[in-house]
Amino acid sequence: MRHVALTVNGERHELDLEPRALLVYVLRERLGLVGTTVGCDTSACGACTVLVNGEAVKSCTMLGVQADEMEITTIEGLASNGDLHPVQQAFHDHHALQCGFCTPGMVLASVSLIESGEATSENAIRIGLEGNLCRCTGYHNIVKAVQAVAGVS
Amino acid sequence: MIPAGFDYEVADSPAHALELLGSSADAKLLAGGHSLLPAMKLRVARPSLLVDIGRLAESSYVRDAGVQVAIGALTRHKDVRDAPLLREHCPIVSFTAGEIGDPQVRHRGTIGGSIAHGDPASDLPSVMLALDAELVVRGSEGERIVPAREFFTGVFQTAVGAGEMLVEIRVPKLGASTGWSYVKMTRRAQDWATVAVAAIVERSNGSIERAAIALTNMGGTTLRATAAEEAIASGTPIDEAAALIPEGTEPPSDYAASAEFRLHLAEVLGKRALAEALER
Amino acid sequence: MTATETAPTTGTFVGTSAKRREDAALLTGRTTWVDNMAPFGTVVMAIVRSPYAHARIKGVNLEAARAAEGVVAVFSGADLAEDWKGSLPCAWAVTEDIKMPPHFPLAIEEARYQGDGVAVVIADSRALAKDAAELVEVDYEPLAAVADLEKALADDAPLVHSDLETNECYVWKLDAGDVQGAIDAADVVVTRRYVQPRLIPNAIEPRAVLAQAGPTDEVTLWSATQVPHILRFALQLVVGIPESKIRVIAPHVGGGFGSKLDVYAEEALAVALARRLGRPVKWTEERAENYVATIHGRDTVHELTFAATKDGKITAVSSEAKCAMGAYLQLVTPGIPLLGAWIYNGPYDIPNYSVTFTGVFTNTTPTDAYRGAGRPEATYVLERTMDALATELGMDPVELRRKNFITEFPAQLASGLTIDSGDYHASLDKLLELLDLDEIRSEQAARREREDVKQIGVGFSTYNEMCGLAPSRILGAIRYAVGGWDSATIRFQPLGSVQVVTGTSPHGQSHETSWAQIVADRLGVGMDDVEVLHGDTAVSQLGMDTYGSRSLAVGGVALWHASEKILDKARTIVSHQLEVAPDDLEFADGAFSVKGSPEKQMSIQAAAFQAHSAHNLPDGMEPGLEATAVYDPPNFSWPAGAHAAVVEVDTETGDTRLIRYVAVDDVGSQVNPMIVEGQVHGGITQGIAAALWEEAVYDEDANLLTTTMTTYLVPTAAELPSFETDRTESSSPMNPLGVKGVGETGTIAAAPAVINAVVDALSHLGVSDIQMPATPERVWRALQEVKS
Repeated sequence: MRHVALTVNGERHELDLEPRALLVYVLRERLGLVGTTVGCDTSACGACTVLVNGEAVKSCTMLGVQADEMEITTIEGLASNGDLHPVQQAFHDHHALQCGFCTPGMVLASVSLIESGEATSENAIRIGLEGNLCRCTGYHNIVKAVQAVAGVS
Repeated sequence: MIPAGFDYEVADSPAHALELLGSSADAKLLAGGHSLLPAMKLRVARPSLLVDIGRLAESSYVRDAGVQVAIGALTRHKDVRDAPLLREHCPIVSFTAGEIGDPQVRHRGTIGGSIAHGDPASDLPSVMLALDAELVVRGSEGERIVPAREFFTGVFQTAVGAGEMLVEIRVPKLGASTGWSYVKMTRRAQDWATVAVAAIVERSNGSIERAAIALTNMGGTTLRATAAEEAIASGTPIDEAAALIPEGTEPPSDYAASAEFRLHLAEVLGKRALAEALER
Repeated sequence: MTATETAPTTGTFVGTSAKRREDAALLTGRTTWVDNMAPFGTVVMAIVRSPYAHARIKGVNLEAARAAEGVVAVFSGADLAEDWKGSLPCAWAVTEDIKMPPHFPLAIEEARYQGDGVAVVIADSRALAKDAAELVEVDYEPLAAVADLEKALADDAPLVHSDLETNECYVWKLDAGDVQGAIDAADVVVTRRYVQPRLIPNAIEPRAVLAQAGPTDEVTLWSATQVPHILRFALQLVVGIPESKIRVIAPHVGGGFGSKLDVYAEEALAVALARRLGRPVKWTEERAENYVATIHGRDTVHELTFAATKDGKITAVSSEAKCAMGAYLQLVTPGIPLLGAWIYNGPYDIPNYSVTFTGVFTNTTPTDAYRGAGRPEATYVLERTMDALATELGMDPVELRRKNFITEFPAQLASGLTIDSGDYHASLDKLLELLDLDEIRSEQAARREREDVKQIGVGFSTYNEMCGLAPSRILGAIRYAVGGWDSATIRFQPLGSVQVVTGTSPHGQSHETSWAQIVADRLGVGMDDVEVLHGDTAVSQLGMDTYGSRSLAVGGVALWHASEKILDKARTIVSHQLEVAPDDLEFADGAFSVKGSPEKQMSIQAAAFQAHSAHNLPDGMEPGLEATAVYDPPNFSWPAGAHAAVVEVDTETGDTRLIRYVAVDDVGSQVNPMIVEGQVHGGITQGIAAALWEEAVYDEDANLLTTTMTTYLVPTAAELPSFETDRTESSSPMNPLGVKGVGETGTIAAAPAVINAVVDALSHLGVSDIQMPATPERVWRALQEVKS
């Protein structure tokens, strides 16, 4: 067991973790933040994407202990004072989700992409979301939602 | 999906990392973890100890080193991609770092981890080989410099010995007469290269005088296309020389392509890489 | 496009793009995926799976696993043999002499595909269960295996089930008219062979189950399933608990695409072990496990023949198909080809008709319903052969299609079914308007002229399909075990809010939103007054669940009928209280008013209160305002449309990129165009994916080679363009909503459009076919072949 401190959605948590506990399971099973989901074993699907120190990271490919003293944002922490984050709102407005299982990861990957300044065109957005799989939407409305927030046509 | 159990230690300096690494026979260094953790999750890799070097902030840098640019082994792909020094002096490195995996991978994966993993399908080893980069390896006896040509020794094998770690990558500053290209074919954007070709060329009067050509996923390690390089040096036209690129390679057959198709792709992509390098 | 239209807050909701009420929870992580749940005392199950495609189980040593940290119990297949009251069910014995081998949740004597479960470990945590599963020692004697369905039919093929003495599961035929006569009389006969690869559905949520046994033998099973009602029924058959004691809950379910339309070993195991151990038992599939333990789709080889006149009138279609079943028959495995059996003529008028399916056992994961289920397979071979015939005749492929379109509706088909409505020319006209074919052809000509490395091609697919599964009598006639109806209950609460209980079980299809639209409209209340409940058999007792594009055309129509019953009763109450004849009342905007005296009125919500207070009801009327309707559709519904793909092919590398995709669909009336369009986008993408990337590959020894999401290539946003979609609308006369179904149309239409485009791009070089998926290597090899 290793003692770590994670700041998740602005709240500090001190935990004793088994080194092999992946960050996604720490979030889900230790902190009850079940919004973050697991869709594959091979870092391919991106469903588990969270922000670590502000950048998109696949939380299935990071140990909980590696996140010691880091700031993590999950889908639960994205809205503020009851208002959806603009990306969440745009996903709703553009029908960018169906079953919703990939959605938390897709939203956080989009937030990271937009904040990096790389969402400069439809094509850049499509390439910027290459790390996240969605099986329902064909990405069409996801891309439209991100375009709307990034202000690119 | 869950790794087998292991011990975990955090290194607070490179020396400490080496000390920890020496403490267990099958200890592994953990940097960004984007090669190691997927293998551990599938339980293909089962180290007994992970030495976390991810917190060695002093090992993440891109620095001017005279005729070279020095890159700390723990520099993330994203930071390599964005480094102004590399964009100016060795853009093939920053370009290729931006082509690795996907944004999430580039936010965690490191240049040192990627190179030291020795994956023949990985992009940066070929770029290092084409650049004749120097890899700085540190062991208990101190540091040694390994030329890229001697670094990649086999499938997932490199010159980094037990108890050693890759600490720095030194790439040459490319002059105005030097062109470059990295042409990669993937099935999907996020995939490993089916085949890719790195080319560094010396231009003279609108043609290629000399070329260094390295191949990704055309054998057990990244490879130099020596026959084609020699043909170009002796004045053979590019198209003809490109036909020699596959010579001496033994590419794998897998889900993405047969060996036969890879031989073909190496020639086509090589030709395109040379043409692009001539222009840029 | 319609996605940004806003819905009115009052008035007519049907036909508007109301935003989804499902989103708020899904966008903020307030979700109920099965894996999120763990009642106190939950233990975790891990399955030990056969690494061999075919092996005799000579012994299983569980001692080391039983001694491992945190282990609660470990069982082999033999240990649990007595727990099963029946086989995992197959509900579709398509012929009288079909071979239906037993299939138990764990293999007992033989493992018949890679991934077949042989033992189960129960431990305190996911990690410990996994650790202990590695310690189970199984003594396997490897046996010869076969993965290729054509090789499986060879005389000397290894037998998947040796006691059956054959790998042939069944032969099913449908004949109408005189096919041989038409072929003999034809000016042109075209025969083509097509291999359609095996696909892995890849819902992004892997399956998960959690079973909890209660004190009096009752069981609750949470499962990531499309079919809670069917599952409840099946669990009685397998585990032997009466259905009345089983509660199945499908909470948030993360996509299915047919793969969760099944009754799986892990569901039965979790229930049986929760009863044995007296603790809640949970299992969450890993992706690598999903690739072997969850059903696959497709895997067929077809030979399709057209007979035609020289001016392009098709006179007969004949299809012979071999279809892989895999190692066992899952819930509807043998019936999947039959779901396409009536559309081998597609939207075309073809009087002579013959379809034959041969089901084949192979040492592979069982196949079953994957989005489209039988109809993509039929449409693919039909639409590819339309292009082949056009080439043969020197006709434009669009003209050939037009020439053969059915134009009179309802249309009686040679195969015996009736198409409800349609206007196939209208969809194609609109497609061509959007496409600008002249521009594409001139660009194509220019590239051909300059021998550009990158060539472009355009491909068409005009399709129809039968969905809205299904009229129960027809299902009975084709030997399906259960009915095709669905139910709706509408219940006014005393203070005027409305509960809707549906027998459908959405997992991405937005029923909570569109069902509220339908009911709010019919009852004249606000959408926010309507709550839609589903996915829990304790709440929704009657239902046939969600698959086969059936939910709106069956379950949605049930809502309409239940609404009518509510209105009838409310009308009776109001007429009693206002002392007017029922016929003198008009219903509008949620209120009954007296004709000619509109000031005399009562809202339906007031009537609901009266129904509950029961102070003043007509004699003999039961209190309460609630009604249930069970709707059995009289016919299938028949969506249709016209799609076109434009591709660019690198003739040196074979790399093929989709550059445009245009779709015009006619799915009947639309309740929520935004949601319809979303279904179209997703459906198209799965068809495109099959055409260009996806393929489950087995080696000679029947080992699956594409074992992860890094080798089985589900496309990302980076591989796809934005889609251009539009619609035409032929309301279905079969039901009062005029709806047909949309869940599978895109998948049915897209693959042949894309492959037709790839072949079109290379046709001037002599290429006439490329097998799906059109990988760079297949394209390159096709070009090598025509060069030599």
